[in-house]
Amino acid sequence: MPDLLIELFSEEIPARMQGKAAADLQKLVTDGLVDAGLTYAGAAAFATPRRLCLGVEGLLARSPDTREERKGPKVGAPDKAIEGFLRGAGVTRDQLEERETPKGAVYFATIEHEGREAGEIVAEVLEVAIRNFPWPKSMRWGGAGQPGEGSLRWVRPLHSILCILSDEAGAQVVPMVVDGIRSGDTTQGHRFMASGEITVTGFDDYAAKLKAAHVILDPQERADHIWEDAKNAAFAQGLEIVEDAGLLREVAGLVEWPVVLMGDIAEEFIPLPPEVLQTSMKEHQKFFSVRNPQTGRIEKFVTVANRETADHGATILAGNQKVLAARLADAKFFWENDLRTVRSVGLAGMGKPLANVTFHRELGSQSDRIARIAKLAGEVAPLVGALPDLSEEAARVAKADLSSEMVYEFPELQGVMGRYYALAAELPESVANACEAHYSPLGPSDDVPEEPVSVAVAFADKLDTLTGFWAIDEKPTGSKDPYALRRAALGVIRIILSNDLRLRLDRFIDSQLLKHEIAQHAGAAEAAELAALENTLDEIADHGVFGAAFHAVLQKLGLETPGDTDTVLGKVSAKMPGVSEDLLSFFHDRLKVHLREEGIRHDVIDACLAMPGNDDLILLVKRAEALAGFLKTDDGENLLQGFKRANNILSQAEEKDGVEYSFGADVKFAEDASEKALFAALDEAQAAIAPAMEGEDFAAAMSAMSALRAPIDAFFEAVQINTDNQVVRRNRLNLLARIRDICLGVADLTRIEG
Amino acid sequence: MAMSDNRPKSFQEIILRLQNYWAEKGCAVLQPYDMEVGAGTFHPATTLRALGSNAWAAAYVQPSRRPTDGRYGENPNRLQHYYQYQVLIKPSPPNLQELYLGSLEAIGIDMALHDIRFVEDDWESPTLGAWGLGWEVWCDGMEVSQFTYFQQVGGHDCTPVSGELTYGLERLAMYVLGVDHVMDMPFNDPQSPIALSYGDVFKQTEEEYARWNFDVANADVLLRHFEEAEAECAAILAHEHVDPKTGKRIIMAHPAYDQCIKASHIFNLLDARGVISVTERQAYIGRVRALAKQCADAFVLTEAGGYAA
Repeated sequence: MPDLLIELFSEEIPARMQGKAAADLQKLVTDGLVDAGLTYAGAAAFATPRRLCLGVEGLLARSPDTREERKGPKVGAPDKAIEGFLRGAGVTRDQLEERETPKGAVYFATIEHEGREAGEIVAEVLEVAIRNFPWPKSMRWGGAGQPGEGSLRWVRPLHSILCILSDEAGAQVVPMVVDGIRSGDTTQGHRFMASGEITVTGFDDYAAKLKAAHVILDPQERADHIWEDAKNAAFAQGLEIVEDAGLLREVAGLVEWPVVLMGDIAEEFIPLPPEVLQTSMKEHQKFFSVRNPQTGRIEKFVTVANRETADHGATILAGNQKVLAARLADAKFFWENDLRTVRSVGLAGMGKPLANVTFHRELGSQSDRIARIAKLAGEVAPLVGALPDLSEEAARVAKADLSSEMVYEFPELQGVMGRYYALAAELPESVANACEAHYSPLGPSDDVPEEPVSVAVAFADKLDTLTGFWAIDEKPTGSKDPYALRRAALGVIRIILSNDLRLRLDRFIDSQLLKHEIAQHAGAAEAAELAALENTLDEIADHGVFGAAFHAVLQKLGLETPGDTDTVLGKVSAKMPGVSEDLLSFFHDRLKVHLREEGIRHDVIDACLAMPGNDDLILLVKRAEALAGFLKTDDGENLLQGFKRANNILSQAEEKDGVEYSFGADVKFAEDASEKALFAALDEAQAAIAPAMEGEDFAAAMSAMSALRAPIDAFFEAVQINTDNQVVRRNRLNLLARIRDICLGVADLTRIEG
Repeated sequence: MAMSDNRPKSFQEIILRLQNYWAEKGCAVLQPYDMEVGAGTFHPATTLRALGSNAWAAAYVQPSRRPTDGRYGENPNRLQHYYQYQVLIKPSPPNLQELYLGSLEAIGIDMALHDIRFVEDDWESPTLGAWGLGWEVWCDGMEVSQFTYFQQVGGHDCTPVSGELTYGLERLAMYVLGVDHVMDMPFNDPQSPIALSYGDVFKQTEEEYARWNFDVANADVLLRHFEEAEAECAAILAHEHVDPKTGKRIIMAHPAYDQCIKASHIFNLLDARGVISVTERQAYIGRVRALAKQCADAFVLTEAGGYAA
């Protein structure tokens, strides 16, 4: 069975695209081969900056013959129909077979597909793969020339196609021409360290000859080589490489023959913050940072050259060092300018120009936004154990570094620089930390801020963003979430959960939404209307939600409920509840995703979401965790069945009788011992559950509930609910209602599946 | 730094060697365009000639101005006036990378000692409505050139595709000559009777222009000039194709394009003066792009633009 080797040789492929391109080549070609009947034993794809390579082992030399049976028209069908069938099947009339079927005699055709040589199939499949290659960005080149040329798109100009099938007898080129490029059995080695064409006979020969020509084909091998050499070079000097898997992957995609060189950072730059050195070296130069583990300072760098030289890289290193010095001179210049600024005008002063920076057309400037966040941070501070003044102060300066020269140059240093500049401005450490930490958590695995001031600012920042975009109806849709609102919501959730923050989210959503509404309508509203809305804002703190607060204000001012949606008051009061509810349910959706990852089933979460107080996420999660744990026990599972049975019987009876059975059952009508026992058990359980619920000890409440399992089972075992005695029947139904009330008081068990 | 013996001695020698090299490779060596531009790409020999089906090969030095980059001649690497070396070949030859590497050797970069890399860099000019794919070329970690296969100019697909090379001459020369501050770079041969440094030639002008660009240029006048250039561009192109005097078909794509260049440079000056807000910025860029597009539309209707009657 032959092996197949393909190499597509081009000008330099962007490093970030190489990995996926190799995988795409493998998928397109092997899928195509299999679809055409050519199975294979194994395949592997590789990429270097100048080539994509695919090796396929143990390919069938020829696709198998196949025969296909096709059912045609009935015998006696019009000629036209029969001729059409013959054309489609590619057979003649005398080749048709008549067969009896339950629907009468029908023509059948048997079509023989002869197997094809592998080479023929490979050429077809590869051409289709090349012409339809899913590059994220592709281009045309040259192409004034011959007809049929200039139509090909590739990531950069494609120069040659190597395509050979090889077996014991030797290697054979699979002949094909794509856009004027004729396939062959040759390639080239390293651009500078090799010359001339290399003829290859198979994958092993190819990989070995490339290595001799200074090309390491396997990107993993290049990455490993870089990492090992860099680590050893650093270790030899008592230093360590700052790990960066993304950078390693990228650098491995920039070289065919990696040569690790370690160089010095000039003394004058070492006092720069390590993050600055690291970012500047990585972003501009693709250097690894080399750290002194004793001091934590970045003292050297590692660059990866693409060749060996007679001077062992001395020239290359000197050049890189010089470029780095120029880069770091810029960074140092920014750093010193920024320090001068914060020392003279303070961090808030540095942030002044943010008044001229638009955050969002409809949400005002960055300064407007910062003012809102500061106010909210102050409001939430007492709930997170932070001082309101300090939290407000922190929020007011937390984004000031967006105006710094350093962050202008390196946006990814936002927050990090803020912390340094806050310290330089001699602000309290908690404020400085908030400058950096308030952006967190950025991702699901990012650390959550814990310091109270940071928590207050981080919470306020995210909630202001969410309510703002909800107010202007810019919500995430499908895969589109340009303002990273899902991430912001998850951030709020994680901040609440990991800091055990007891707060009613509704209140904060409503008041922050209302602030946005006020800002939106400030121009169009009448003074009295604005006053009423401002007043409502104050009342929300007492009433908890917009609706109640708004009505209290209306009453106080002696105003009618505005029905007219042409007035600002009317518009705002009509819009607020729906938007607020929508945002809360967005939070709930994110929470569900989060809890599902923690292993809590969606129906368990739904059962808890249906309970009052579901905007208190701590309460919600406590309940869900207890319920999930409870349902995993036998008692829990059986109690659930008992509840469902009780609930079903009750619902049916209620529907039939047209009444709700909620009037207390009386033990004096109990006939059966099991019935009396259930009464006693319910009394006992209720006595235990009430204080447990009061103390939010859901686990204790559920455990008390589980004591009901045996009495309920025994009751159903012994007693017929729907007896002829209407008094007894009513009493039993009311008894079931007690079970229902107790169970539903803990969570909405009707939503539990199974 | 170890350089081979054929290392050039001055800034001008590097330019001369590039001129000779690309002349030998068959390019028409043109002269700089006689207007203020932000980059060599603005020269009509690139922008307009990249359009249409006619073959083309040109190389030239282009003085370029970026008013916002002025540093009064103090920054070792930043200038508001600097030189670019520009090569445009249409269609892009299959060995363009090798030709380019040859040019580095011609200016004294020894390929056996240096690390040359092609690092992804997609080029886009929002003011010209142009984009292409290619690389920035690194020599020992320093970007020495921009290498681009033009895909679109003025909103038109480029067929055939041009290959464009842009060398930042000062930076490249500083590296080759081993100079740390641009003003210290020898402009002519340091052994000349009258040796001149880059600073002798340009230090004072950098100061003068930096002051003018940032603080003195009359923004009202500039704004008016911008509007005038914009109006003139459209007015030129509005004329009928046949010249009533000569009876010939004469589409005035180049004179119109001059107005587009003018508007673009004035926009850069206004930007340096700090009188354009972030939101306005986009609008101005859009207005220049609209001019570039109209000029491109007109050029493809001319003979040089591949129009055949």
